[in-house]
Amino acid sequence: MNRIENVSRRGFLQGVVSTGAFVLGAQFVPEALCATPSEKVAAPFGPAGYPAGDPVGATAFHPNVFVGLEPDGTVVIVAHRSEMGTGSRTSLPRIVADEMEADWSRVRIVQAIGDAKYGGQDTDGSHSVRSFFDDMRQCGAAARVMLVQAAARQWNVPVTECEASPRPHVVVHRPTGRTIGYGELAATAARLPVPAKDSLQLKPRSEWRYIGQDAAIYDLEEICTGKAGYGMDAHLDGMLYASVEHPPVLGGRVDSLDDSEALKVPGVRQTAAIDPFKPPHAFQPLGGVAVIADNTWAAFQGRKKLKIRWNNGDNASFNSESYRKELEQTVRQPCKVAWNRGDVDAEFAKGGKTLEAGYYVPLLAHASMEPPVAVADYRDGRVEAWAPVQDPQSVQDTVGKVLGIPKENVICHVTLLGGAFGRKSKPDFVAEAAALSKKTGRPVKVVWTREDDIRFDYYHTVAATYMKATLGSNGMPTAWLQRSAFPPIGSTFELNNTYGSGGELGMGWTDTPFVIPNFRAENGPAVAHVRIGWLRSVANIYHAFAVQSFAAELAHAAGRDQLEYLLALIGPDRVIDKEDLGADYDNMGADYKDYPVDTARLSRVTQLAAEQAGWGKRRLGAGQGIGIAAHRSFVTYVATAVQVEMDKQGKVHIGRVDTAVDTGTVVSPDSVRNQMEGAAVFAASLTKYGEITATNGAINQGNFQDYPMCRINEAPREIHVHIVESDAPPAGVGEPAVPPFAPALCNAIFMATGKRVRELPLTRSGLA
Amino acid sequence: MIRLKVNGVARSFSGDPQMPLMWYLRDELGLTGTKFGCGVGLCGSCTVHQNGTAVRACMTPMSAVAGAQVVTIEGLGSGHAGGLHPVQKAWVAHNVPQCGYCQAGQIMQAAALLKSTPHPSDADIDQGMAGNICRCGTYQRIRAAIKAAAGEAV
Repeated sequence: MNRIENVSRRGFLQGVVSTGAFVLGAQFVPEALCATPSEKVAAPFGPAGYPAGDPVGATAFHPNVFVGLEPDGTVVIVAHRSEMGTGSRTSLPRIVADEMEADWSRVRIVQAIGDAKYGGQDTDGSHSVRSFFDDMRQCGAAARVMLVQAAARQWNVPVTECEASPRPHVVVHRPTGRTIGYGELAATAARLPVPAKDSLQLKPRSEWRYIGQDAAIYDLEEICTGKAGYGMDAHLDGMLYASVEHPPVLGGRVDSLDDSEALKVPGVRQTAAIDPFKPPHAFQPLGGVAVIADNTWAAFQGRKKLKIRWNNGDNASFNSESYRKELEQTVRQPCKVAWNRGDVDAEFAKGGKTLEAGYYVPLLAHASMEPPVAVADYRDGRVEAWAPVQDPQSVQDTVGKVLGIPKENVICHVTLLGGAFGRKSKPDFVAEAAALSKKTGRPVKVVWTREDDIRFDYYHTVAATYMKATLGSNGMPTAWLQRSAFPPIGSTFELNNTYGSGGELGMGWTDTPFVIPNFRAENGPAVAHVRIGWLRSVANIYHAFAVQSFAAELAHAAGRDQLEYLLALIGPDRVIDKEDLGADYDNMGADYKDYPVDTARLSRVTQLAAEQAGWGKRRLGAGQGIGIAAHRSFVTYVATAVQVEMDKQGKVHIGRVDTAVDTGTVVSPDSVRNQMEGAAVFAASLTKYGEITATNGAINQGNFQDYPMCRINEAPREIHVHIVESDAPPAGVGEPAVPPFAPALCNAIFMATGKRVRELPLTRSGLA
Repeated sequence: MIRLKVNGVARSFSGDPQMPLMWYLRDELGLTGTKFGCGVGLCGSCTVHQNGTAVRACMTPMSAVAGAQVVTIEGLGSGHAGGLHPVQKAWVAHNVPQCGYCQAGQIMQAAALLKSTPHPSDADIDQGMAGNICRCGTYQRIRAAIKAAAGEAV
């Protein structure tokens, strides 16, 4: 944070708070980047008389406003990150409220629109709390100090005699015991200067009021009563509904179109072409033909009547089965060295017990419960959009480019997100709505079907890995070689991009924290034939699957217990030098001195998960097994122990899961538990069932019957979450419990059956 | 003309009788608590009650609800203390939702389950709730909330 300003009398929250409110703005970016204020806009929810939603537009046009105080005592806090189910819309404001000594029940949260003045808003990478913890605290502390000063001024007593605690939302005059509510201080505080940042005294941890305490998510009751506003629920008067037939193959174009039957469907008004993208595709719409109608159903029905002949283009050569063989051949040959320590070749040449294994993880789809959807209204060179997006600023960029208007003319309101998992960082669907609104002159809602969602995703990439190690006399590896090949995320943004980036390779590949004297990580080229994107925990999925499975294979070869061997691989407690983690190691953007790789923390979660699971203490019957895996990602340490039982048909049933997590300081323990529980289910789905395949460039799956996910009877039966108490800085929560799950499950299956799973999903080997 | 009651309010519909109830509720009545998830009855996000029974609104044509009493998530709590059905109260108490998108369907399904099976076993819950997908993976809390609401729900 650069500085905090008192903006009470500058009208920045006009329309959101009253003129007498006390408002602090936190300046996160240089002023030059701040957008100019524009007028207030209407909110989108309301055909059935539901609350009109937060007047989001009004707030977000003003620079960096995070906290306001009404004369009636209501505290208004702006959420500038998107809420997709991880709870950040609740957690971040609670950090402010804690330092401010505000009464949480009197806090109102207002969702920000997309604007560069907020700094990066892309809600991914599990860093909302990590990146804004300190800023939120300082903002809350400044407000508290100013309210105390305001009370002293109103009472005409020394400020040293006044304090804000212990009762929330009041200032007390210690000598007399008299109190005054925050609301009554708003007008005075609004005229005070902001204290210097280095004069602010943050509350000691022992006095935290909300941080570390469980809390219901802010939107809980609205969600449970059907009133919460998702993108799917956005509505503008006079809007039309559109459904888009996309080219079945990436890069395909319409050869010929016959829409005569579609136009006969009652309620269908017109069809409209959407331009194909100009490579690289990035976030541009895929192109195709939209059917525009009076309601969603009519648009869907009309679409079924379209007769389109496609020119499928070069990617029609893509078949996922043969492509897999190419990838597997790539990693059997020397590849580009991503990171090297010692000399693995010399060690391999010495002979000794050597193991090799290849692992495979297919393409995966996000399949959030809410398919992509957006409402856009184009008028006079300006677009206003309502959408469930992780990155409203990328909506501004993308819509601006697609329509040829300045991005400042694109206003993006962020609704609640019905799941996202990385998909909704890519706003192609919002650009479709904007383009169609421009063509029709009416507000347009674009609704993707589930089939559209699964067939036209930005897929989690397919990856083949190859592992080789040689064991010394004590059974520990003296040399370890690992190679991967996967179409990289960079292929979405750059033509001919075929190698993993430092970011991808730093997700569990170059930073493998094992004690191995000779270690080499390599990466081979892979050409993308579908859109590649990021999915919850990204490259960690296939890296952890290979590394943690192979570690268990070595344990077995060495005749040792899997847990004991894993702890020996992690080795003595130490902080690893950043220079030993890869040349381009970016540590997810976290300062390495605050967030180093600390093997003590990795060992501790491993031991904790094992202990809680009763590792080695429980007698396992025939067909039962337990497995464990540990992985650091998003600067958080997670270990998961999974217990399984095989049924008579040889299918796996996941019983108890113990997940231990060290994510530093925790703002909301219940949110952490919820994310750990959810990650186990998400990862169980991808391990058991997750697979996207393609034939002649077109995706074979389309809905939950062929892209299944765990249902309540297929999910892990019990998930126990164990949070390590820590005063380290806060780290990531949403993603890091996904990567260790698949290898832990497969390690358990190995114990139960003696079968080593090297390819996902388990349906491929008849185990699910 | 199809006549029905939605959350106790008399309604009439004269459009395409094949239109699924879900789109009528969402696009025509603005009752957007009923969610579109898959369109083919595989995920349960659109679950509503038709004459007290849980149905998938995405697979229920308007022709099938002529004369029916339809209750959606917006009407579920009507007549209950605080405007919340015991299942909704249990969902709140267990902080069940993450993204929340599927939860209206989960709640409607759970309410119907408890009506027919007031004290469900784990196997009953598995069977009763297996048609509802939660991509965020809140099943453990859903199970706990159903057990908490058991016996109280009507």
